[in-house]
Amino acid sequence: MTTWHIAGAQPLGGEPVDIAISDGTISAILPTGSTPAPHSTLIEAHGLIALPGLVDLHTHLREPGREDAETVESGCRAAALGGFTAVHAMANTDPVADSAGVVEQVWRLGQTAGLCDVHPVGAVTVGLQGERLAEIGAMADSAARVRIFSDDGHCVNDALLMRRALEYTKAFDGVVAQHAQEKRLTEGAQMHEGVVSSRLGLTGWPAVAEEAIIARDVLLAEHVDGRLHVCHVSTAGSVEIIRHAKARGVKVTAEVTPHHLMLTDDLVETYDPVYKVNPPLRTARDVVALRAALADGTIDAVATDHAPHPSESKDCEWAAAAMGMLGLETALSVVIETMVNTGLMGWAEVADRMSIRPARIGGLEGQGRPLAVGEPANLVLVDAGASWVVDPAAMASRSRNTPYRALTLPGRVVATIYRGRPTVLEGRLV
Amino acid sequence: MTRHLLSCEDLTAEDAILILDTAKRLGELSTGPMRKLPTLRGRTVVNLFFEDSTRTRISFEAAAKRLSADVINFAAKGSSVEKGESLKDTAMTLEAMGADAVVIRHPASGAPYRLANAGWIGGSVINAGDGTHAHPTQALLDAYTMREHLRSGTGDLQGLRVCIVGDILHSRVARSNVTLLTTLGADVTLVAPPTLLPIGVEEWPATISYSLDDHLPETDALMMLRVQNERMNSAYFPSAREYSRRYGLTSSRMSRMPEHAIVLHPGPINRGMEIASEVADSPRAVIIEQVRNGVITRMAVLYLLLGGSESGLGDLVDEEATA
Repeated sequence: MTTWHIAGAQPLGGEPVDIAISDGTISAILPTGSTPAPHSTLIEAHGLIALPGLVDLHTHLREPGREDAETVESGCRAAALGGFTAVHAMANTDPVADSAGVVEQVWRLGQTAGLCDVHPVGAVTVGLQGERLAEIGAMADSAARVRIFSDDGHCVNDALLMRRALEYTKAFDGVVAQHAQEKRLTEGAQMHEGVVSSRLGLTGWPAVAEEAIIARDVLLAEHVDGRLHVCHVSTAGSVEIIRHAKARGVKVTAEVTPHHLMLTDDLVETYDPVYKVNPPLRTARDVVALRAALADGTIDAVATDHAPHPSESKDCEWAAAAMGMLGLETALSVVIETMVNTGLMGWAEVADRMSIRPARIGGLEGQGRPLAVGEPANLVLVDAGASWVVDPAAMASRSRNTPYRALTLPGRVVATIYRGRPTVLEGRLV
Repeated sequence: MTRHLLSCEDLTAEDAILILDTAKRLGELSTGPMRKLPTLRGRTVVNLFFEDSTRTRISFEAAAKRLSADVINFAAKGSSVEKGESLKDTAMTLEAMGADAVVIRHPASGAPYRLANAGWIGGSVINAGDGTHAHPTQALLDAYTMREHLRSGTGDLQGLRVCIVGDILHSRVARSNVTLLTTLGADVTLVAPPTLLPIGVEEWPATISYSLDDHLPETDALMMLRVQNERMNSAYFPSAREYSRRYGLTSSRMSRMPEHAIVLHPGPINRGMEIASEVADSPRAVIIEQVRNGVITRMAVLYLLLGGSESGLGDLVDEEATA
């Protein structure tokens, strides 16, 4: 296997060092300026930040079923370009990933693509219908070794089913990732319920519909001592509930999307469905609370909720449009813009929230590890000083529904090393 | 005002007064010997209706025909929501047929905004009611009617006390009226049960109230909104009877209003629900007049958007100044 010599990278923004990689592991960390080992390929990295490869807890790869929007392969290309070395593929495919057969298929497609680890998320209930538990144990025991279970896109509304899922997954240290959305409170919901929705005449998605489910779920998790993960937390009130539950020792973790760290509901005034997403964009007050919670660790992870949709699902009137936005290729830049450049987090925290903690939540070995000798060589090199203009047409995803179109974002992924081999060099797929 | 009329937020007070003044002149002309004006000869107006509304459609049709425009009625059965042709494809088809203006009624809030701004077509877009968002020509005809009765048919509506009663939450008529009437200087009070007021309404430029009786003596114009029966199934209020008792306009309530006060309703009315029959038929109710004013107000909008060059309103002022 080829050996690589990364020259002058700054691990977590610290002092520059040279990093030698061979046989998929970090073989040496040397003073910068060291002579590369014979036959190793040089990766020039002076001025670049080195982070452990990013781990996404929440990715929609759409395969099987909606290969017009994304495939495992195209999604993995987007992931690699975004600095990710592991993603979790959500279960709402067609057929739904609710059996060992489907999760193993997705697992194998990830292996074949070979651009990052693809960990299927298993459905909690059969067909995401919320009626009876899917064969969670079979998925856990399959080749895909599923540890995260979610009906994402749908909420497990039934309190008894939720309780059972939280209990049952304890047998193999699994976690239930809940899409918190009270059904009756969000019938026909189109956007955040507030001042903007009142003016635009769009049916509101109230913050309380998220908070009520999270409040119930942390109590259930506490009662059965199960592990709860809260998907895409979007409101200031949700943050307070999670903060309180963590203080009591409840086994709860939470994620926030890049778009909820940056964008607000007033963008809906354009009626452009590129801003239609579930949970919806909230208010500036919520954004402030989410940033603070990510900085202090109440929210554990940034997760993209990368949700590709074909153009016809967005080039229409708001009510007819699909919910969701792309995220993989812009996530790190948005985090730099909202968290690093604002002084809320340093690079160690970025590594923690985008790699270390998500890997731990997903129970992944070999991801989210320190940049140290003997560790798996999953890492990303970032030019923090660079900036780029987001061009939907230039994205590796099969879809174009990025809300950051034409925006200038800071930070550029220069290289991604996955299991000791570059998947991205000089900002391009290898 | 640009070349579209999408919401009353597009209109300054000057724009709105110009439309009302133009409507008045067109009304006078069209009752004269020459009922049909040649202004829009050779221009094509498409009525694109994704929602059944015979009243609004024929009002726009009459307005366009009195200005000699060619009118194409396009009743789209079901929008892309129901898996028909997409709004984009429908729009591009109409564009290819040479529509100078598209009058659109759509069940989705914001559909006219998308039609005007997504780059699908080049003509003018006039919102004839979108979802629960806006219905600007209804607000214009309401303002026109109020101005005729309470402000001698000229100027703005400074200081006029308007009370809008009913399902504010789902009403595009209420939204457009709040915007337009306050632009024209009126003081607007919204009266509804709390369940039928949107979260966020406290930021609107209006006074909010849960009690109709409190406001009757200080109201110059009372606008009753239609309450749809299906609202009852979503627990907005316990029963039609209870709604009617608390928020319906009865003769005894009407008698507590000032002598000069008028009663408006965008129609179609629910007799016995939000408005008692004897109120609807009383001389203080101007509901039929609103229909008549709807045609001339829409004539004014079409005239100003299509009459001159693309810049619309400004040209009419110049035209008049040099005439």
